[in-house]
Amino acid sequence: MTDKTASVEELVGELRSGMTVGFGGWGSRRKPMAVVRAILRSSVRDLTVVSYGGPDVGLLCAGGRVRKVVYGFVTLDSIALDPHFRAAREGGAVEALELDEGMIYLGLLAATWRVPFLPTRAGLGSDVERTRSGDGVPVFRRVVSPYPHAGTGEHEELLAVPALELDAAFVHVNQADTNGNGQVLGPDPFFDDLFLGAAKKRFVTAERLVEPGGLAQGGDLASVVVNRLMTDAVAPAPLGAHFTSCPPDYERDERLQRDYVEAARSGESWSAFVERYVTPDEDGYRRAVAATGEAGGRGS
Amino acid sequence: MSWSALSDAGATRAEICVAACADAFRGAGEILASPFGVIPTLGARLARLTFCPDLVLSDGEAALMADTPPIGSLPDTVLREAPMPYRRVFDVVWSGRRHVMMMATQLDRFGNQNISAIGDRERPRVQLIGVRGAPGNTLNHPTSYWVPDHSPRSFVAQVDVVCGVGYDRAAELPEAVRRFHDLRVVVTNLAVLDFDTPDGSMRLRSLHPTVSLEEVVAATGFELGVGMRPEAVPSTREPSVEELKLIREVLDPGGLRESELRR
Repeated sequence: MTDKTASVEELVGELRSGMTVGFGGWGSRRKPMAVVRAILRSSVRDLTVVSYGGPDVGLLCAGGRVRKVVYGFVTLDSIALDPHFRAAREGGAVEALELDEGMIYLGLLAATWRVPFLPTRAGLGSDVERTRSGDGVPVFRRVVSPYPHAGTGEHEELLAVPALELDAAFVHVNQADTNGNGQVLGPDPFFDDLFLGAAKKRFVTAERLVEPGGLAQGGDLASVVVNRLMTDAVAPAPLGAHFTSCPPDYERDERLQRDYVEAARSGESWSAFVERYVTPDEDGYRRAVAATGEAGGRGS
Repeated sequence: MSWSALSDAGATRAEICVAACADAFRGAGEILASPFGVIPTLGARLARLTFCPDLVLSDGEAALMADTPPIGSLPDTVLREAPMPYRRVFDVVWSGRRHVMMMATQLDRFGNQNISAIGDRERPRVQLIGVRGAPGNTLNHPTSYWVPDHSPRSFVAQVDVVCGVGYDRAAELPEAVRRFHDLRVVVTNLAVLDFDTPDGSMRLRSLHPTVSLEEVVAATGFELGVGMRPEAVPSTREPSVEELKLIREVLDPGGLRESELRR
């Protein structure tokens, strides 16, 4: 079988400016942060970022890599709002397409299933439904059910969530094997499999890599939520979700997350943050985290 | 110390709000109660420990709780009964077996809710968290709101972005689309409001003890329905002695509830 092992840099090397890229995880939980840092070290820009947003969105915005964000929320969980994302939006630096959380789920599912849309009630009547593109065209359309309602005979109208097709997607898991199967040992797989399903280039990073068959050793096969039909390459990335949470390997590093928030205060504080945590490679990142004494520990 | 010595009138404002939030779930039966914020969380747990025993509650992570622990309990100390990852939550939302109590940065006369942005949506003056699940929640199952800072800034004539759908917007939708739209109550630090009016506009249901009608009217940035006899607006009920004991000794011994109102 094909060995899909690569480095984080090689995965990011597959990106081109202007691409639409999805990031797994949710809020400040199990985000592919090693990939985000590697993007900030690359020359890629003008990305359309699709995310259940956390600091992945904020970092990419602050680093000037984003043209547009497609999201239902952007939050740091223990801190409600991400100041870097706020600054980018309030300064007019990035476009936004805001969807109901469930619409993102259906958009990714539609892309995975290769259907143009999936219907839902979510979004109807809200300002999400009234969203228009730059040239004034409605972004969302309604469909009329071809089936009459059993009781009323009425043909119900629903919002048609368009397929959210991605050029590339990144997810971070606890363990993966070299064939590209991935295991989530924490409590929630989120929508990671659908991000991979919706993407042309499908990349997994993992806290550690094991030999093929090694994921079953832990016992719970159902936790292998990513299988090799869904992946093109897999890269080892210890602390690859840090400073977001990646249980049971580590909880959120609240101190580093606060440093990240503080870095939004000024250009100088942002530069200092980048110099310490982004400019060095991942080895450098792990050393910087170890120096704070929080790596691998419970979040404060 | 025994609470039996304490009269009902000894409840703090936060505790009255907890009981008002609990009442929002009264009669809900076996549905998922999804409270946002400290006081609604205490309210839902109080409801389950008293008059709403079948209520289903999440641990805020990815599981449903078999017990009703104090607020702030670490997830791994909670007795869990079933997994509830985020994807499964949408099955519950869209099946309608849920009552959410969300917060609102802005709320208008017809119950439109904004948690997305202040100012122009394209170029916001203040970017907030995003619409989250509000559009889908309001079209699919009962929705209530908790506003800990009742003021003209939070109760506005018109919200800047409609996230949660209000009764005027719902009325524009075809009957089949709006059939599950059901805004229940708005609990604030001053009063309980509802939409029990012919046109679905907001109305004062009860004033918290010691709060005056003038105070609420002044804190509301639109004309609030107060009925034919403003002097007859009832008082929000006080928690019972048993409820106070549960709030203070079981659910929130650390007193987190008070800090949510003091911001």
